[in-house]
Amino acid sequence: MTKLDVTEPPPTDTGRRAGSAPSGKPPNGGWRLTLNRLDLKGSPYLYIAPFFILFGIFGAYPIIYTIWLSATNRSPLRAETEFVGFDNFITLLGDDRFWGSVINTLGIFVIATVPQLVLALMLANWLNRQMRGMGFFRMAIAVPIVTSTAVVALIFGMFFARDYGLVNYLLETIGLDRVDWRASQGHSWLAIASMVDWRWTGYNALIYLAAMQAIPKDLYESAELDGASRGRQFWTITIPLLQPTIIFTVIISTIGGLQLFVEPLMFTSGSGALRGGSTGQFQTMNMYLVQTLRDFHEWGRAGAIALLLILLTVVVSAINYWLIRRISSDK
Amino acid sequence: MRAGPLTVIGLIFAAILSFFPLYWMVVVASRTSAAAYQWPPAFLPGGNLGENIERVISNPDAAILKGILNSFIVAGTITVATVFFGALAGFAFAKLRFKGRNALLLSVLLTMMVPIQLGVVPLYILMIQLGWLNDIRAVIAPFLISGFGIFLMRQYTIQSVPDELIEAGRVDGCSTWRIFWHIVFPALRPAAGVLGLLTFMQHWNEFFWPFIVLADPSNPTVQISLRSLNSAYHQDMSQIFAGMFIATVPLVVIFVLFFRHIISGIMEGAVKQ
Repeated sequence: MTKLDVTEPPPTDTGRRAGSAPSGKPPNGGWRLTLNRLDLKGSPYLYIAPFFILFGIFGAYPIIYTIWLSATNRSPLRAETEFVGFDNFITLLGDDRFWGSVINTLGIFVIATVPQLVLALMLANWLNRQMRGMGFFRMAIAVPIVTSTAVVALIFGMFFARDYGLVNYLLETIGLDRVDWRASQGHSWLAIASMVDWRWTGYNALIYLAAMQAIPKDLYESAELDGASRGRQFWTITIPLLQPTIIFTVIISTIGGLQLFVEPLMFTSGSGALRGGSTGQFQTMNMYLVQTLRDFHEWGRAGAIALLLILLTVVVSAINYWLIRRISSDK
Repeated sequence: MRAGPLTVIGLIFAAILSFFPLYWMVVVASRTSAAAYQWPPAFLPGGNLGENIERVISNPDAAILKGILNSFIVAGTITVATVFFGALAGFAFAKLRFKGRNALLLSVLLTMMVPIQLGVVPLYILMIQLGWLNDIRAVIAPFLISGFGIFLMRQYTIQSVPDELIEAGRVDGCSTWRIFWHIVFPALRPAAGVLGLLTFMQHWNEFFWPFIVLADPSNPTVQISLRSLNSAYHQDMSQIFAGMFIATVPLVVIFVLFFRHIISGIMEGAVKQ
């Protein structure tokens, strides 16, 4: 994760000085000094208060409330809210639609994230070289960051159209059959993963690039003297030193990837889009959550899905963390 | 290390891939609707951009002008608040001494990792109770503060506001507020600009939460209006793409102009020690 610098800044001493001042001052300045001390002691809390108040209302309270909600059957369709214990979770664990959304989320996540991070590493390695005009390439790689996911999904939705889509045009040009991209699980996952990759590969590449530029050059020079090839240098110097950054991007991609929503939602148009295709072949957990919340009006169960989604995120992050540690320290 | 020819080819290919979807957006936005269903597809821009933009703006069902206005209000308000509260709290965490500072800072940072999904259901219920459903207040209120903003401003304050400056203010008898407003905040201007751009971009592009609370198609944000355009007029690709064009191009221009600063801001948040 991010390495956080929570060390103390050098002491300014101002607090102590003002605090010890009263004894030597004439008494008529007393109220002023009290005010001054109040300012010194109180204002820091005043300045950070907006964050904690707003986070309390819109962050902490909803999170705690979700836990309670998931144990009730609260719904605008019912007059009385009852405590139902683990019923919501049991219902979900026996629900094919829910499991389908879990599989879709994980499937799209894996086929999107693995190539994305590998490509990003490769790109960063290229961008780290010396060349005229490298600034342009760095900017070009970053352009997708500005594009909204909704716009990405609309453009790619057109690329992957069955009848006049560009991808099918290319497939036919090289002599292959056209594909109905929205019809099957595998094809729709691929199309959605390509949207995710286009939007995020450059972002990750820039983060890797920043970390690569912090690696001391003499490490490479001495490796070169020892006769190590570029490929070997990449594996024995760059990758191990990048490990914390790689873990950071993997965790961030896991959190983002498991929340996937806009791309599959926009992949079809119309009011039934939350279903994620005719048989839910690309409905993600987040889509199922919103469908349960807004279309089925089962607020309690939606709360339970939110908790399961977070649980899954934690589990997958932990697995990924363990995997990355193993892979990058094996080399 | 100098770039070899393979690297150059790879980079050119990556740059083309990076730009192509946006180029394609321009192509479709500047042609007639019929061109979207042309086989083989048209690869060059046409001359209908202005006309398509006029059509999408005057389309009463899409409410795209309303969407743009709403997005300006939403992203603008959130940006001003995030920068202001971020600078204020960042200054406190960087330069003021108070009990529990490190623990409080850590809790601010931890909030950065909490996804909105965890609280989305109660938040939705809260908005119903406040009567803010289909009201842009529902889109603004939860995002007026950001842990990332505080962290970024704190880092910048430590780096570029020397303690002597603050002490000098104290000696001159400035209150903490005056020190912040007249000494620290002006010095934070570059960081405030970066944070502002990032925040504006993020909330201009936001979809998930607005989609949940702004179900009424007559009062959307710009991203939501693009979606309803796609639902209602999915035949008229040139109109949809013209809408996307006006929602995206201003951001691309800002991005290209301020590229260096924006990227350094992103990296600051990601890998800064």
